Amino acid sequence: MNLFNKPAHVLHDMLINKEITAVELTNDLFARIDEVEGEVKAYITQTREAALAKAKAVDEKIARGEEISFLEGIPGVVKDNICTKGVKTTCASKMLENFVPPYNATVVEKLNAVSPVILGKANLDEFAMGGSTENSAFYPTHNPWNLDCVPGGSSGGSAAAVAAGSAIWSLGSDTGGSIRQPASFCGLVGLKPTYGRVSRFGLVAFASSLDQIGPITRDVTDCAHVMNIIAGYDKNDSTSINAEVPDYTKSLVKDVKGLKIGLPKEYFVAGMDADVEKAVRGAIKQLEDMGAEVVEVSMPHTEYAISAYYLIATAEASSNLARYDGVSYGARVEGTDIVDMFKKTRSEKFGQEVKRRIMLGTYALSAGYYDAYYLQALRVRTLVKQDFDKAFEKVDVLVTPIAPTPAYKIGDMVSDPMKMYLQDVCTVPVNLSGVPGISVPCGFSDNGMPIGLQIIGKPLDEETLIRTAYTFEQNNEFHKSIAPLREAK
Amino acid sequence: MSYETVVGLEVHSELKTNTKIFCGCPTTFGGEQNTHVCPVCLGLPGVLPVINEKVVEFAIKAGLALNCKINKFSKFDRKNYYYPDLPKNFQTSQFDLPIAEHGYLDIEVNGQTKRIRITRIHMEEDAGKLVHSGTTINDSSSACVDYNRTGVPLIEIVSEPDLSGPEEARAYMEKIKSILEYIDVSHCKMEEGNLRADVNVSLRKTGTTKLGTKAEMKNLNSFKMIESALAYEIERQTEILDDGGHIVQETRTWDEAKGMTVSMRTKEEANDYRYLPEPDLVPIITSDEQIEAIRAALPELPDARKKRLMAECGLSEYDAAIITTTRQMAEYFDAATAQKADAKLVANWMMGDLAKNLNGEGKSIEESPVTAQRLAELVDLISKGTISSKIAKTVFEEMWKTGDAPEKIVKEKGLVQITDTKEIEGIVDSVIAANPKPVEDYKAGNAKSIGFLVGQIMKQSKGKANPAMVNDLLKAKLD
Repeated sequence: MNLFNKPAHVLHDMLINKEITAVELTNDLFARIDEVEGEVKAYITQTREAALAKAKAVDEKIARGEEISFLEGIPGVVKDNICTKGVKTTCASKMLENFVPPYNATVVEKLNAVSPVILGKANLDEFAMGGSTENSAFYPTHNPWNLDCVPGGSSGGSAAAVAAGSAIWSLGSDTGGSIRQPASFCGLVGLKPTYGRVSRFGLVAFASSLDQIGPITRDVTDCAHVMNIIAGYDKNDSTSINAEVPDYTKSLVKDVKGLKIGLPKEYFVAGMDADVEKAVRGAIKQLEDMGAEVVEVSMPHTEYAISAYYLIATAEASSNLARYDGVSYGARVEGTDIVDMFKKTRSEKFGQEVKRRIMLGTYALSAGYYDAYYLQALRVRTLVKQDFDKAFEKVDVLVTPIAPTPAYKIGDMVSDPMKMYLQDVCTVPVNLSGVPGISVPCGFSDNGMPIGLQIIGKPLDEETLIRTAYTFEQNNEFHKSIAPLREAK
Repeated sequence: MSYETVVGLEVHSELKTNTKIFCGCPTTFGGEQNTHVCPVCLGLPGVLPVINEKVVEFAIKAGLALNCKINKFSKFDRKNYYYPDLPKNFQTSQFDLPIAEHGYLDIEVNGQTKRIRITRIHMEEDAGKLVHSGTTINDSSSACVDYNRTGVPLIEIVSEPDLSGPEEARAYMEKIKSILEYIDVSHCKMEEGNLRADVNVSLRKTGTTKLGTKAEMKNLNSFKMIESALAYEIERQTEILDDGGHIVQETRTWDEAKGMTVSMRTKEEANDYRYLPEPDLVPIITSDEQIEAIRAALPELPDARKKRLMAECGLSEYDAAIITTTRQMAEYFDAATAQKADAKLVANWMMGDLAKNLNGEGKSIEESPVTAQRLAELVDLISKGTISSKIAKTVFEEMWKTGDAPEKIVKEKGLVQITDTKEIEGIVDSVIAANPKPVEDYKAGNAKSIGFLVGQIMKQSKGKANPAMVNDLLKAKLD
């Protein structure tokens, strides 16, 4: 039936109309995983037994004539840095290879309340540090559009699973672009909500002041539905925002007339791939043709954002990851004494990139360097934020590329971390300022790799993002394009 | 060479909230190992802290009681260091914007009042406890961690280096303890470690103002320990300086068994704590209204109470100071005098027989079998002349044993004072008749003999005769 190819809202209707059962759907996904997972490697853990039990329960509910909510019975996957009670949560790290949390993340609790079928846990760059999923301690994930390419990252497993048809929807986390960039690389919709819109409780911290959980889906409609489930205040997360959550599906409206779109010139950086620039400019032209007003804006501190980001994120990471010491949980490598045990455990169980960032962050916070690095980065953060505040006085949304290039070949960038970091130039300012950003497919490169358009909104204005993205999506066919891998089999 | 000692204290006090600072676990002392824990205080991956608002309230209370300015914008920071009793390998504390700053505390030493400046008060979480396999850290091959104490709220009260020696340090610590007890924010049980001090000490040549190099002594948790460690340290530093040496800036620990301080680590080995703002908590914003509401609810503090007892009850400064040492004592005193009992007598009894009995049995005043009400009744019986002070001691002992009302005891044991002139006269006459020798001695000018005669009279009356009347009647008969 190739159910794995459909978006959640279509499958939801099919379930309601009894065209399919949740068990059929789940089994279809299992078959699909068996077919492609060997090549894609999107999963770290699969939870088939629990998934099937959940599907059966949903079918019984439908049989009893009860109403089901949107994700009920629809299979998805959760990034493996989001805690799942009783199910391993590894962060793609040897350090937590066998860690089983005794609690659920708040988003998982919220999902459980609406009974989706969770197929398992998705691969990522170790502790979400990276942009290609090559930093997973277990194996890299492959892009279903071209298996030689990276799926992006760090939520590469979450994106690749949805693109490959081995999950219908997924959750990722975004610290500097980790939802939007893999969504862009895999031809999907990815939303990084406003900082505080979605609870971080149970998300294993990389950089606490930047991390945010969000959905990766096949279209904007699914994105709005998943947001309805996961958004909202959580008393267990002091940084979550206590504000009413709108019904995001009400923003699924084809209308951008009069919408003021800002085009920050600093985001169209030198060295940007020509295909990317063409696709993004084409998308902007389309929005203009549909009645939006496009103005150029200046965000002068953009060029400093990457440096500030890599100081703040690593500083927080150096502290957040200090707890992995082998004492009471996680991996332990025995040593001659406690300090030796700390050293051996952390040297052997963290990967290269994680260690690089811990060292960078430790350095940035050290006595004698603190003012010049960490404090200076905080000042830049304020300036970047002010850039956004000023821009949003004039415009409703900003439209930019997601990344300077489409997905690149696995192994192409691993030897040059600086080049890799610069890939984040269009996404990190959004995290630094806490505003929401969405990635929506807007074209393809000459060699057939997807390209994403980034729409950035005012704080807590995910609605306008969804409306703009939906209008653009419905005017195009990009979201109906299917990864070659998904077609071939 | 003569030196001045410069001492500053960092006092850590556990707050007596029901739950921990960032999670709902109980703060109760003891308990089976690792039973008062949850994912949050264990620092498991992905969990987040949520501030216990009671902690902020208690810290503000302490700040106000110690005359501090409350920072209306305050925040938490992470203090990063690796230690196995610290599950996150950072302590959530406060760095540059503590809850309270710029306070002071007046202490009294040798009748002199001295103002000690308080730099700051900040909130933080306590760490866990290492349980070593051996008897000391040195003879242990391994250790286990008990996380029950992890996340118990603390305030750290940092003083300026205004103290000049062991005596002042002790007086300061006692006063801090007293105030924290008064405002009811800490159990202040030093033996359980919920009040402890890090003591900084340095010497400088008398008359100079530049601070010398200091040594810090960690975790001193009794008044005696603070005094002994300081005394030792002053002697050690004096010897080094006298020999032309230099003091090494370092952290030292007090070895109780050896009676000496021992080096833990030098400045070079000290941690760089790499403070950063705690990104998982939002800043603490306090309004003037909140601060004023807390101020209004503060109880009368020891200094004010002492002044009141001197002015209203006519107590001496010394007595008033002792009575107000703890809030419990002061409240006991107030409860007793509220019954209109003679204030000075109440104070005397509290500092005398009551204190003696309490100390003897290791009881606190709240546990006293003689309640304030009963002590007031006893004092009343004395004031009214129903019993003598001497008999009162017997009555008090009986009250201590039984908790009974003094009137009941006096009645049952027939201890009512004899004030009937005829009755006393009878006894006086019989004693004079039975003791011709002392009577003669007295008449011959040996005034001391009268004491013997009074004693005999009291003995015959079983102590019940009114001593003043006995004296008067006896003298009237002999002179």
